[in-house]
Amino acid sequence: MNMEKKDFLKDSYIEPPLAPKQTQMQEFRRLFGQNRLAILGLFIFILFFFCAVTGLFLTSGSRPFFDPAMVRLQEKLRPPLAKPHLDSLQPEEVPALNVYLMGTDDLGRDVFARMLQGAWVSLTVGFVAVGISVLIGIFMGGIAGYFGQHYIRLDHILLTLALILAAGLIIVKFAFIGTMILLLCLAYIFYSLFARHASTKKETLVLKTMLHINAVSVDTLIMRIVDIMLCFPSFFLILTVVALLPASIYNIMIVIGLTSWMGTTRFVRAEFLSLREQDFVAAAKALGISNFRIIFRHIMPNAVAPVLVSATIGIASAILTEAGLSFLGFGVPPPHATWGNILSNGKNFIFDAPWLTFIPGITILIVVLSFNLFGEGLRDILNPKLRERH
Amino acid sequence: MTHDKPLLCVDNLKVYFQNNGARARAVDGISFEVRENETVCLVGESGCGKTVSALSILGLIPTPPGEIVDGQVIFSGQNLIKLDEKAMQKIRGNHISMVFQEPLTSLNPVFTIGDQIGEAVYTHKQIEPEALFQYCVQLLNDVGIPSPEQRLKDYPHQLSGGQRQRVMIAMALACDPDLIIADEPTTALDVTVQAQIIALLRSIQKKRSMSVLYISHDLGVVSAIANRVYVMYAGIIVEQGHTDQIFRTARHPYTQGLLASLPSLSKRGKRLHSIPGSVPNPAYKPTGCPFHPRCSHAILSCREEFPEMCDYSKGHQARCPVLFKPKGYKG
Repeated sequence: MNMEKKDFLKDSYIEPPLAPKQTQMQEFRRLFGQNRLAILGLFIFILFFFCAVTGLFLTSGSRPFFDPAMVRLQEKLRPPLAKPHLDSLQPEEVPALNVYLMGTDDLGRDVFARMLQGAWVSLTVGFVAVGISVLIGIFMGGIAGYFGQHYIRLDHILLTLALILAAGLIIVKFAFIGTMILLLCLAYIFYSLFARHASTKKETLVLKTMLHINAVSVDTLIMRIVDIMLCFPSFFLILTVVALLPASIYNIMIVIGLTSWMGTTRFVRAEFLSLREQDFVAAAKALGISNFRIIFRHIMPNAVAPVLVSATIGIASAILTEAGLSFLGFGVPPPHATWGNILSNGKNFIFDAPWLTFIPGITILIVVLSFNLFGEGLRDILNPKLRERH
Repeated sequence: MTHDKPLLCVDNLKVYFQNNGARARAVDGISFEVRENETVCLVGESGCGKTVSALSILGLIPTPPGEIVDGQVIFSGQNLIKLDEKAMQKIRGNHISMVFQEPLTSLNPVFTIGDQIGEAVYTHKQIEPEALFQYCVQLLNDVGIPSPEQRLKDYPHQLSGGQRQRVMIAMALACDPDLIIADEPTTALDVTVQAQIIALLRSIQKKRSMSVLYISHDLGVVSAIANRVYVMYAGIIVEQGHTDQIFRTARHPYTQGLLASLPSLSKRGKRLHSIPGSVPNPAYKPTGCPFHPRCSHAILSCREEFPEMCDYSKGHQARCPVLFKPKGYKG
C-alpha cells in the first residue's frame, strides 16, 4: 500500500499529457464538411482537373482518340449529340464513340475534343500564372513585412537606377553612352567596397554623407511599387504586352503572373507585420537562426492561409483573363483550341448554332464559380473571425 | 562549486529607445557579471529594464527604435556589441541561449516539437537525422517529459503549459550552451509547475555545470535559486550582493520595500506593505536618485546627487548613502 502511494506521488510529479479534443486536421474537415458550396466547388475543381489531364492524353499525339483538328466540311454545325453521317465520311474521320457529344463547329471539328484540349490550356494558365504571382508576392511581401523598417541608402537607389538606365541604353543601341554609365557604376562599387577609408578631404566627406542619406524604407519602396502596379489597368497592360510579344501560351502565363502579384504581397506583408512581433520569432533569433530561414521557414507557414485563399480566387481570374485574351484574338494561336477562341469562333453563328457559344461560356462560368466558391469556403474555415458560430 | 572566473561581464551598458522625440533610457548604465557555474538573478519591478538588458546581451534589441549607446558586453573574452550579425548568430543558441517568459507563444504553432528542437540542434551542429532524433529524445528525457518519442511528433497546442516550458528549456539546452538566460520562465505557470521548473533548472545547471542568468520579479523564486542577486530599479542597479546579504541585510530602501511586501506566515493578519507610487517613465526620470520620490528615507541631497555604489561588506554594494552610512563615507 505504502509502495503504491509512493509510486503514485512519483508519477504525479510529471504532469500527465493533455490530449486535445480535436487535431487541426479534424477540425478543418468538420468545418469543411459543413460548407456545402465549398464541397461543390472542390468537387467541380477535381472533375475539371481530371478532364484536363485526361483531355491532354486523349487529344494529343499523331492519332489522338478525340481529334480536335480533324476538319469535316460536310459535317459542319451539327448540333450536340448528333450521330455522324457515316456514308459521307472516310473511316479515319469518324468521331470517337460515334457521336458528336457537343456538336461540331463551322469547319466540322468536334467541339467536345476542342473543349478537352482547351481545358488543359485553362488549367495550366491558371496554375502557372498564379504560381508565378504567388512566388513574387510571397517574396516581396515577406521582405516588406520583415525588413520593412530598414532603410535603403540614397547611393544604392541611384546606383540601381543608373544600372537600369545603362542596360536600357545598351538595348536601344546607344551602346557607347550605356557602357560609359556601366563603367562609372562599377567604379563606384569598387570605390565603396575597397577605398572606404582612403580619403578624408572635407568636400568628399560632404558628398559621402549626402550619398549615404537613408532615402526610403524597404516597406515604403515595395508598397509604393505595389500601388503603382495597381494603378495600371492590368487587362490593357496585358493586351499591350501580348501584342508586342510573340503569341504563345507561355508568354500569356508569365504576363498574367507578373501583373497579378500585388494582392498576395499586401496579404503577406500584413501577416508578417503581426507575426514578426511574436515571441516564437524572438525565440528563433535567440537560437541563432538566420533571418531568411526565419522568414521562409518559421513565419511563412503561419502566413500561408490568406495566400492560399487569394491564390484559389486568383486561378479563377487568370482563367477568365486567358479566355478574354483568346476571345479578342490575342491568346493562344489558332490551330490550338482554347475556351476563349471556341467562344470567339462561335459568336458568328450564335443564332444558327448557339451551342458553339453556350458550351464554352457556361463551362468557363462553372469552373470560375467553383474556384471562387472553394476559395471563399477556405477563407471562412481558415479565418476564425469570419467563421459562423456552430 | 567555484565561482571565480567571470563568464559574462556587462560593463556600463546603456540602451536607449527613441520614441516620438522622447528618449527612453530603458537601461542606463548597468554593470554586472556572471561567473562560471553560477546562478545570478536580476530582480526588479515590471518595466525596470530587466528584459531589455537580457535582449541586448544577445544583440536582439530591435534597432530602429532601440540603440545600445554605450558600454560593453564581454563574453569569454570577446565584446559581443562589436560583433557583426553573422558572428552573433554563432553565439546565440550555441554559447548563450535564452528561455522566454511565455511558453505558449514562444513555440511556433505550425511545427512539431521534434522539428523545433531538431532545428535548434541542427543550426549549430550538422548531424545525421537518426542521431538527431536520438539526441532530441535524450533532451526531452533530460527535461523530464514522459514518452519523448511520441511527444516529439506533437504540436505545441497539444502540450500543457509546464510541458511547453520544459520543451523551451530543452531547446535552450540543445547545443550545450555556457550560459542560459531565463527571462521570467515561470511567470506564466501556476505555482506547483513553477516549483518543478525551478527544480529542473537547478538540477540541469548542476549536472551540466552551466551559468544561469535568471530574470525575475518574484523574490521567493530568487531566494531559492540564486547565488548572487542584482536588484534593478529604473534602468540602474541599486543593490547587489550574495543572496544571503540581500535577503538578510538589505541596504537599499527599495530592496527593503520589496522584501517587506513579500507575504509570509509571520505577518499573518497584518496588512501587506506596499511601496507607494510606480516605476518612473524611462523617458522622464527624476533627477538625482531615481527612487527618491517613492522613498521614505529621502533627504534633500537625494533629489540632486546621483548616488554612487557604496560598499557595505564583501561583495555587497548598494546605491544609497543615506539609509546606512557605509564605511568611509563622508557627508
